[in-house]
Amino acid sequence: MTTATAQGRTSTSPGAISPAGPAKRRPMKSPYPTWFFIPAGVFYLVLFLIPTIASFYFSLTRWTLFNVEFIGFDNFVRFFQEPQLVQGFINTFIYAFLTSGAKVVLGLLLGVFLSSQIIARGFIRSVVFFPVLVSVIGVGILFKVLMDPFDGPINEGLAAIGIDGPGWYTDPSLALVSVAIVDIWAGVGLATLIYIAGMVAIPQEYFEASKVDGASAWSTFRHITLPLLRPATVTVVLLSLIGGLRRFDLIWTMTGGGPGFSSDVLASVVYKQYQAGFFGLSTAGNVVLFVVVAAIIFPLSWWLNRKEDER
Amino acid sequence: MVPRTQRRSLVAIGAGGLALSLALAGCTAGGSGSSEGGATSLTFLVDNGEATVATAQALVDAFVEENHDISIEVETRPQGADGDNVVKTRLATGEMDDLFQYNSGSLMQALSPDDTLVNLADEDYVGKFDDRFVQSVSTENGLYGVPMGQSMAGAVIYNKDIYEQLGLEVPTTWDEFIANSEAIKQAGVAAPIVQTYGDTWTSQLFVLGDFNNVLAENPDWAEEYTNNKAKYVDEPALAGFEHLQEAFDKGLFNEDFASATYADGVTMVATGEGAQYPILTFAAGQLMTTNPEAADVVGTFPLPGPDASTNGLTVWMPTNTVYIPKSTEGDKLEASKKFLEFLATPEACDIQSEANAPQGPFVIEGCDLPDDVPAMVSDLQQYFDDGKTNLALEFLSPIKGPALEQITVAVGSGITSAADGAAQYDEDVKKQAQQLGIEGW
Repeated sequence: MTTATAQGRTSTSPGAISPAGPAKRRPMKSPYPTWFFIPAGVFYLVLFLIPTIASFYFSLTRWTLFNVEFIGFDNFVRFFQEPQLVQGFINTFIYAFLTSGAKVVLGLLLGVFLSSQIIARGFIRSVVFFPVLVSVIGVGILFKVLMDPFDGPINEGLAAIGIDGPGWYTDPSLALVSVAIVDIWAGVGLATLIYIAGMVAIPQEYFEASKVDGASAWSTFRHITLPLLRPATVTVVLLSLIGGLRRFDLIWTMTGGGPGFSSDVLASVVYKQYQAGFFGLSTAGNVVLFVVVAAIIFPLSWWLNRKEDER
Repeated sequence: MVPRTQRRSLVAIGAGGLALSLALAGCTAGGSGSSEGGATSLTFLVDNGEATVATAQALVDAFVEENHDISIEVETRPQGADGDNVVKTRLATGEMDDLFQYNSGSLMQALSPDDTLVNLADEDYVGKFDDRFVQSVSTENGLYGVPMGQSMAGAVIYNKDIYEQLGLEVPTTWDEFIANSEAIKQAGVAAPIVQTYGDTWTSQLFVLGDFNNVLAENPDWAEEYTNNKAKYVDEPALAGFEHLQEAFDKGLFNEDFASATYADGVTMVATGEGAQYPILTFAAGQLMTTNPEAADVVGTFPLPGPDASTNGLTVWMPTNTVYIPKSTEGDKLEASKKFLEFLATPEACDIQSEANAPQGPFVIEGCDLPDDVPAMVSDLQQYFDDGKTNLALEFLSPIKGPALEQITVAVGSGITSAADGAAQYDEDVKKQAQQLGIEGW
């Protein structure tokens, strides 16, 4: 399903043959009258288009909800001047690439493992997928208890075998990584599912042929499984990267961006500005977030899909 | 500049969008009470703190008992910054409840009270208010709130048993405070200073509670600060940040300071696990809920400064203050005003003392504390009687930077130095001042 979306994008790229038929043919006339589109159009306009345009305007203002003062790009200047905001910016990238990378690697390994013939495969698959079904807030609260530096089961368990556990989310240098680990645990199930779907889609003939040719398990994986899993990888990378860049709920429940500002990311910075009543500034932060996500995802998506065509 | 009409409509769209998102998030919009059969029904929005709800409900019950034609329903909102959002958004969209409880001082100033709240300056009862309270709920154009609760202090609560056991005296200078703390550390009986960064707001007390000492050095500091002249990077205000860093550097905090919560902190002082805890004295309410047996064990002294002769309390006006929004009209406005009038009576004060442990003296003439208040609160009385008190900065200036709690956590955890923390806070203050549209920023 999601894989199809990624492939669908390819077909619209320049040079690709339109699946609708010969390129010469005029665009097909819609079978529906224009008024048929009005309800959806109105919803789109009111709920998406107007707020988007309004947010670009408000990001250039000092806005108190009661009145608005136009201040040009001051909000953006301020956003990139404050050390804690810059820190949040950097943390966003660390967090997104860390979680995305780990989900690809772990998801691939688990996907390969869980599509092989093993005992209780269905059960293990559901176990791996289960964290995805749990509310992220619930996961955050759970791990806040588990990772408590003094009374948490994790550190008590470590103490039992003689290891002095770290202050998972209270140590400033570790807080962001701790949240990322929890994020990976909670999200790897989805990556695994996508990989399993990708594995199932690979025709068995390839494997039979390679067996006949006497290929080793490793070279089967390297030269058949891995290349044919590219669409799945593209989907996992894009989904987890977008998710990581805009991750907020888990970070907010576990650390609130703390201690101090050490695990702040763009989304939590924006939320704090909003809480403080800096509506213009927080809107500017959201515009920055939008631009950053777009600036990373569009070229990445284009690049990943292009490679697929050239193969 | 944008033409005025367009500006208005854009504001409305933006505010509407916010209101929509809040409504979608599950916060039901209030203010839907209706009058039927001659009875006026009101809604009263308070924060969801256990003590606040209990007090509000007790007051409402007593009021309705005497006024059968009025019914009041108490509704709750989150505390802290999430609650600020709810209040601001509802006021901006005209969806506010008929009555609501909110902070006084700088937080009230951020509500644009002249545009959003009903002016109470002409009511008879305001003559009974303490002048400093009047100042904390007024703008140049009006007076907007009636207190629900008492004043309190930002001070150090301490375990008297530990002090007695080690033969320590209540410190009147910062050096004595550090000497006491070192002695407690030496003795190894308790954590000398309790910090609880699991609830980040508690980290601000070293800075906010030091304000009496700032004013002792420079009586005009608050005004200069509002006018963009006095800064936290300079003495005397820097001292608060420095004290925090010093206490961390000397290893005087409890081991679990990074994850402990406010409730943990109060319990630690009550049980003698911790010796001293800079906090607001509304902790008396927490103490009486979780450790009532320690009512006489936990005492209070002001955060000391450099000079023993100016040692005094930094005082907060009642943070629970009740306001009427401009959206309340007609019968409901009359009924709401009647409720506020009731709030200002000694009878209402007694109900408050009964519903929740008092946290400091009342600010309404004729209201007295009961005799059996916890030692934490009775220790304050001497400073009030001697006139050794000063208001906290948030009641003398409309500007309070919202990121202070994160900055003080960073300084208190050794992530940021005192000087850097103070500089960051000055930037934060600048942002708030610009947002409030104060001249000279």
